[in-house]
Amino acid sequence: MQVTRFPARALGLADRMSGFIAHLRLNGMKMGALDAGRALAALSEVDATDANQARQAMCAVLTGDAEDWRRFDELFDAYWFNAGAQRSGTAKNKHARVQSAKPMIWQSSTQAEDKPRSGSEQVTTTPDCGEREGEGVDGKLIATRTPNLSRRDLRELMDEETLKQAETAALALARAFRDRRSRRRKQALRGAALDMRRIQRASLARGGEPLDLYRRARPPRPMRIVALCDVSGSMTVYSRVFLAFLKGLIGSGIEADAYLFHTRLMRVTYALRDHDTLRAAGRLSLMAEGFGGGTDISGSLERFLSGYGARALNGRTVVLILSDGYCSSDPQELGDVLARIRRKARRIVWLNPLKGWKDYQPIAAAMQAAEPYLDAHLPANTLDALAALEPQFQKL
Amino acid sequence: MGSDRLLPVRPDGGGSAPSEPPPGYLGPDEDRILVLTLKDVQKGLAAQGYVADDRLAMALHLAQQLGRPLLLEGPAGVGKTDVAKAVAAWRDTRLIRLQCYEGLDASHAIYEWNYQRQLLAIRASEAQGGVAEAQLFSDEFLLKRPLLEAISETKPPVLLIDEIDRADEEFEAYLLEILSDFQITIPELGTVQARVRPVVILTANGTRDLSDALRRRCLYSFLDYPSRETEQAILRARLPEIEGILARQIIGVVQALRQEDLEKKPGIAEMLDWAAALSGLGVNDLAKSREDVQATLVCLLKTAADYNAAPPEVMDRLIGKVA
Repeated sequence: MQVTRFPARALGLADRMSGFIAHLRLNGMKMGALDAGRALAALSEVDATDANQARQAMCAVLTGDAEDWRRFDELFDAYWFNAGAQRSGTAKNKHARVQSAKPMIWQSSTQAEDKPRSGSEQVTTTPDCGEREGEGVDGKLIATRTPNLSRRDLRELMDEETLKQAETAALALARAFRDRRSRRRKQALRGAALDMRRIQRASLARGGEPLDLYRRARPPRPMRIVALCDVSGSMTVYSRVFLAFLKGLIGSGIEADAYLFHTRLMRVTYALRDHDTLRAAGRLSLMAEGFGGGTDISGSLERFLSGYGARALNGRTVVLILSDGYCSSDPQELGDVLARIRRKARRIVWLNPLKGWKDYQPIAAAMQAAEPYLDAHLPANTLDALAALEPQFQKL
Repeated sequence: MGSDRLLPVRPDGGGSAPSEPPPGYLGPDEDRILVLTLKDVQKGLAAQGYVADDRLAMALHLAQQLGRPLLLEGPAGVGKTDVAKAVAAWRDTRLIRLQCYEGLDASHAIYEWNYQRQLLAIRASEAQGGVAEAQLFSDEFLLKRPLLEAISETKPPVLLIDEIDRADEEFEAYLLEILSDFQITIPELGTVQARVRPVVILTANGTRDLSDALRRRCLYSFLDYPSRETEQAILRARLPEIEGILARQIIGVVQALRQEDLEKKPGIAEMLDWAAALSGLGVNDLAKSREDVQATLVCLLKTAADYNAAPPEVMDRLIGKVA
């Protein structure tokens, strides 16, 4: 039905396939050196002339997680069916979403960002931006310039000095937690004793001689922090502080888990654990692409709870939510989801930058619905405010 | 359990020995005696009462043809584990299941020496002048755990590694050797190479991030809650005695319940339980047997909060929609 147009230099299927792999890689999927070969091997096992079978086969081979799996169709269409006007509709939507989906926090000044943005809007109106990338038409230039911009912005966001301050604040907080933990450890050490049962079991391997001595100790039960940080538009001015704070928290030596949310939720623990600050910032901005419009606090918390939450939460977990509480979803839902988190976690602490304001009242409907479930609702608009939280945390 | 089941390559033969495949090993292609097509997969699974959508069938097809493991993710209760059972029944082969849990280690998943028997053998042979070490570390004294068992079968079994995200990350790393080369190294015996490649199916619920290394070695498919048509086909395949109108109502209510804000959404297994309960009570029409519906909701809703979230009024509304 539709004929795929390829650059004249594409020699055969292998060439086109490597083009497709490059296309996927450009769109943020992790592709290894072997993947083109694997995809071709898969195609040889199915009826490759049937587009549907080819699509399903490549989907099974090339995707690695649920996120990739869901958007594979769009990427597949964009590459293999780009010439048809029929397909341009979906391709355009996808493109527009990715382009405009960059959260405002990755932009230092909105004015500077406006230009390439409007540029990308123009690109989306050309139906075959995907295919011509290889030929160096506008589509390619824009597509690569945007992530570069967002990366640079975040590096500016997290300059050395801010980071150091935030880390100090986070370390102080972590110490507040650690003090609690040290009391626990003392108790646990007292119980160290020989594990007779296991010694006996191991002695069988040694002909009945108890050579391997095993001991019993109460396992350390460290407190754990799960931090969920709102990076929506309304939080733009505070996100600098909060991202640095999260980085400090992750690096502080206590068990900590960090997530960013907006309309979607994603785990950034690994990205933040990177010792190279700039590289961590780069990874974060790559991951942040795809964030969109408003804030959906309850939806994000819901997704956290049904996914990561099952493992991340336990009776020794303190959940930190960094958000201003401006939320597009139903406040009742926020209350419900917080009630469920509360059942699984030990404490919920809401750090609200707005609370640092004079005469702040929790007027936002979401905050009113949330308050009954919070163990603490604390101000956090600057690094100083964060540092001042330490005594509060000790009380928890 | 004769020693012919294992074909160890002894590492004492110099550097080149471990890389050579053992005699009798014809390479991973041996199990592809009959070349399957996509249609075969769908038909075969349907014959076992498992309704697979196109994507899943394709993934299973490729997993068998390419000899690569298949990673299945999705919410609880959509039939991830049942895929493996259906494949094993269809291929008429053994299903070897490894249920993962926190703290699972190599001696529970791969192999362990049977120390008691070794000791007994030593004591028993003391009168005859002792026992040779090579004898002690032979197949006879090896306790095979699921992974080694899967590798030493002669007919390709189905190896189900269930809920891999519950195991620790260290164990995941241990799996890598097995999943990419289908071989296990036992220090005392050497490397055991698979004679035939098992069909490996891993399932995960997304409670932990799996490593990229593991994902890279696997084919991937995501199982979501089934569409209305698929679910009706499943109900028809599993409980053929349920009549058309009741079947439509059951599916309608379950699908509508999944849209509600529930803590644990009812999966396919719950749907089938509920349908079986209703048909066991002789219900023909949900709208006419409201008490039975309310009483059997325990099959669908598994937490107190969910149960409270579906009072009779809500159920009336849902049933009214589908009636």
